[in-house]
Amino acid sequence: MIDQFLWVIFPYLCVAVFVVGHIWRYRIDQFGWTAKSSEFIEKKQLMVGSILFHFSVIPVFFGHVVGLLIPARWLEAVGVTEHLYHLGAVYVGGFFGIVMLLGMIILTFRRITKRSVRRLSSASDIMVNFLLLFITFIGVYATLVTNAVVTDFDYRASISVWLRGLLIFSPDANLMTDVPLTFKIHVITGFLIFALWPATRLVHAWSLPFNYVGRSYVVYRKNR
Amino acid sequence: MKIKAQVAMVMNLDKCIGCHTCSVTCKSTWTNRPGAEYMWFNNVETKPGIGYPKRWEDQEHYKGGWKLKNGRLELKSGTKLSKIALGKIFYNPDMPEMKEYYEPWTYNYHDLITKEEGEHSPVAKAHSVVSGEKMDLEWGPNWEDDLAGGHITGPKDPNIEKIEEEIKFNFEQTFMMYLPRLCEHCLNPSCVASCPSGAMYKRDEDGIVLVDQEACRGWRYCMTGCPYKKVYFNWKTNKAEKCTFCYPRVEAGLPTVCSETCTGRMRYLGVMLYDADRVLEAASVEDDQALYEAQLDLFLDPNDPEVIEQAERDGISADWIEAAQSSPVYKLAVEYKLAFPLHPEYRTMPMVWYCPPLSPIMNYFEGKDSIKNPDAIFPAIEEMRIPLQYLANMLTAGDVEPVKGALQKMAMMRQYMRAISSGKDFDETRLERVGMNANVTKSLYRLLAIAKYEDRFVIPSSHREQYADPYRSQGSSGFGFGGSDCDGCGPSLAQASVAKSGKEVYEENFYGGIWRD
Repeated sequence: MIDQFLWVIFPYLCVAVFVVGHIWRYRIDQFGWTAKSSEFIEKKQLMVGSILFHFSVIPVFFGHVVGLLIPARWLEAVGVTEHLYHLGAVYVGGFFGIVMLLGMIILTFRRITKRSVRRLSSASDIMVNFLLLFITFIGVYATLVTNAVVTDFDYRASISVWLRGLLIFSPDANLMTDVPLTFKIHVITGFLIFALWPATRLVHAWSLPFNYVGRSYVVYRKNR
Repeated sequence: MKIKAQVAMVMNLDKCIGCHTCSVTCKSTWTNRPGAEYMWFNNVETKPGIGYPKRWEDQEHYKGGWKLKNGRLELKSGTKLSKIALGKIFYNPDMPEMKEYYEPWTYNYHDLITKEEGEHSPVAKAHSVVSGEKMDLEWGPNWEDDLAGGHITGPKDPNIEKIEEEIKFNFEQTFMMYLPRLCEHCLNPSCVASCPSGAMYKRDEDGIVLVDQEACRGWRYCMTGCPYKKVYFNWKTNKAEKCTFCYPRVEAGLPTVCSETCTGRMRYLGVMLYDADRVLEAASVEDDQALYEAQLDLFLDPNDPEVIEQAERDGISADWIEAAQSSPVYKLAVEYKLAFPLHPEYRTMPMVWYCPPLSPIMNYFEGKDSIKNPDAIFPAIEEMRIPLQYLANMLTAGDVEPVKGALQKMAMMRQYMRAISSGKDFDETRLERVGMNANVTKSLYRLLAIAKYEDRFVIPSSHREQYADPYRSQGSSGFGFGGSDCDGCGPSLAQASVAKSGKEVYEENFYGGIWRD
């Protein structure tokens, strides 16, 4: 029963909140939709923390896509063997994971110790900050430690299959029952942050201004 | 040719007394809100000085405005691609920090009335509005007022650094002037060009540059992009804000608050017609010192029948063309060539121009022979306390000649009018030496010295009635959360777009004598 909740109901709930929440927030709160940068208040520590975090979160995201959404057989078909994949996941993934963790530690340290930054932080900022720090830590731990200790565990045969099942609406909670605890926590907290996403500053991720590159420099607006 | 109209400003620095009334009235109108304490959409700087934010004119540091790269205009802070691809979006290296403006503070006035009886009278201590901690005040808005600490900050003024000869800041040789600054509402605005979200825009109908508070995502490139550092970051709402040129007033044909309240009556507002098709070309001329002329060249003669015809084709209404014909800005900038753009070398084509100030003559010229010999004014201009080169570094990218010409005209006008009012003889042919005659000089005197309200402000009202329902937007506020402080009001355009009749609106909202929200 608890498995059904954790690995079927909870993920769907989170995704539903994620989708509906974003639509709702986008419609009613354009004024609050911002990157919420505190660079104006403190610049030096932000430089290191923000760059480390943002530059590593992108490869980490794509790493998750490769590991979770693309079936192992497909990768093997294009020549990425189990061994090769494992090397990539542990060394490249581990590297970016550690960089991201470093970034989050600096950002968290800054948010708590810099008094003016702390005073400008809302409860949601603090929560997102610690949640991200925790998710990153447990993710790095699972990748580097759990993978090495529990050698016969292959998340591509369990978590990935389960996740793809979720996405095509045929969820199977049984696939998750024997997964090591660290991975379980990582997955649960990961879904949690998706649920919190629309209510926090994280919404700025969807506003990355790609269309700026092709735009004309000066913008005129005309009434009429 | 594509003609656009812009409401532009000229400030006659000769008459600025540095009273800060413009700044204070602006602040109490626009920026007396949380997160905006440090913002001065209008501020008055004492020059020489480093200004607000510190050394804002140092574009090697702040990277504001445009540069020419292989003959093409490019943002000084980098290309569009570099902002996204190089990850500058995660950390903007060129953005000023709050401490470069100043950290806003308040006083714990409460202590004054709650303190227990003691030997000394209680003191209200300064507390940072940001961190809440006690502060030692070491920098603030207008810290250098009237050259306070000028011997320290003065030499760091970028305009001073560009002067080759040594400027001494000892008392006998010191000089100062006031420089009121606000958003320049440029023809080629680098802030607009820097905004990745497309939230900043230049209004098609009057050229006012605004930030869409709903579309702004707080990437903060506008702060870097603006070389005048006149786009601010609200640290509470996390959105960019800037001088609005008091657009609700301008739309109604009223002058901006800073202009309206200027005690020195030194601000002028008027319509300029310009060729929008040639702005890029003008901003791309090779020589920095040619930029002033290039911008002058963009302005079109509102009395030229061809210009009028084209303006009508481009949708500029008759009352706007008429306003352009009696625009004091056109007179001062184009006809008399008395006004100059602030730092044209930033290549933004600013639209707030300045008449340079006269200043006392350093040696014996003034007073001794000058009234007997009006020609003495020509060498005297170069002996003014404020070095010509200093003014030129601010107004014409260092080209002394146009500034000298303007000052000669102003000095000549003074001498002529002084001769008239004191009943002295004055050979009017001398006026021709500065390209004027008796009539022109008198009308210039009227514009600059008498400066009647209706001569200073020639502002046609906007034609919002054609597309908006202002009734609906009453009571709303642009910068508030949700964009509105009252229930039942909202954007004026929304109502017009659904095109409901007045009766329908009435019936929907009003029943039984009670207004329903």
